[in-house]
Amino acid sequence: MDPKTQSTVGTDGLSRRRALACMGWAGTGLLWTLVGGVPTATLLTGNAGRAQAAEPMGAFRFVQISDTHLGFNKEANPDTAGTTRSAIDLVNGVAAETALVVHTGDVTHLSKPAEFDSAAEMFKGLKVTDFHLIPGEHDVLDEKQTAFFDRYGRGAGKGWYSFDHAGVHFVALINVMEFKPGGSGRLGPEQLEWLERDLKGRPASQPLVILSHIPLWTAYADWGWQTEDWPQAMQYVKRFGSVTALNGHIHQILQKVEGNVRYYSARSTAYPQPAPGEGTTGPGPLKVPADRLRSVLGVRSVAVVPKSEMISVEDTALA
Amino acid sequence: MSVLRRSPFFALAALVLALAAGFFVAASVQAADDHQVVIKSFAYGPKEITVPVGTAVTWLNKDNEVHTVVSKNGKFRSSALDTDDSFTFTFTEPGTYAFFCSLHPQMTGIVTVVAKE
Repeated sequence: MDPKTQSTVGTDGLSRRRALACMGWAGTGLLWTLVGGVPTATLLTGNAGRAQAAEPMGAFRFVQISDTHLGFNKEANPDTAGTTRSAIDLVNGVAAETALVVHTGDVTHLSKPAEFDSAAEMFKGLKVTDFHLIPGEHDVLDEKQTAFFDRYGRGAGKGWYSFDHAGVHFVALINVMEFKPGGSGRLGPEQLEWLERDLKGRPASQPLVILSHIPLWTAYADWGWQTEDWPQAMQYVKRFGSVTALNGHIHQILQKVEGNVRYYSARSTAYPQPAPGEGTTGPGPLKVPADRLRSVLGVRSVAVVPKSEMISVEDTALA
Repeated sequence: MSVLRRSPFFALAALVLALAAGFFVAASVQAADDHQVVIKSFAYGPKEITVPVGTAVTWLNKDNEVHTVVSKNGKFRSSALDTDDSFTFTFTEPGTYAFFCSLHPQMTGIVTVVAKE
């Protein structure tokens, strides 16, 4: 498929979306920089341009991928393996400046052993030293809910964990295993206690990056796109100067700034979902024209400047 | 006069309503072997059903998304139901059985099981 054909589709002139897509093909993009909660965009012209545009000395960059849904093969994307490979190629393209990749869940579609095998094989292709994953609800569909943790489980507790990287404290939360009827994502009391202990005693100046599958914030309550006990967790994180929360689950870019917390929802590498409340069928795989699919899938690159409140987030489509 | 004229109409209306209500009760308490709940557009249809003891209820997923059927009090739990997959559970005791989708907990429903007459 020639991606350039996409740029001429439609009759309404060059929309912003299409302009962005064109830049993607030309190897350029927009870098969103959030300083004090005010987003500003900088046109990128390549790695050198990026370094000059928005990355002060000492910034480190990591990549977020999400919702690979390996095993899904319906009409919204009959080739999730292909799009996952493209995503990995994209990540490896910036490997020189990326030591860390996080996957915010729904690695597989149905938690089947073959799907996890296929994922493991593909992830071997990631040229990074650190790869951290959390499960989505699609990764804990096996009866005993152990398939994900057998491969990627770590530490004590029930799968949640934290680690430090380049002065930034990462917290990997699980909000897909404590559902209640009529409810939404949930962390549960045990995890909340752990989080309180984990953050206690850390300097408020240390940047926090919090990973979850389902949004911690209320992206859309009617579809369960929120975490019902997040307000309690906010008590523990609100004293930190820089808090960045990254999630997957909803397969689209959404962002919100609330006080000191910046919430970013990422694209999937498998298929898009409707915007909150859009359409009549609820959330779920959204079929877009085949030649447009890769423009709504992608990966995210995040730059953090340690000991500052500066974070920049750059979303790049597969095509 | 107007009151007199209206009363037969009301009597008739009441009769129709009573018949309709009776029909719906009869329709919702179906035969023991053919009760189906269709999962479509992130909802169970019908959301609430009443069946006699001994009924096997089958949930059929017609959505493009994976769903599950999980009893709130742990009485039954389906595996992940992909498109066109189904799950059947036979209710052997009267009671109220609330269920939900463990992937999309906003999806809920109730099976009410009544004793056979």
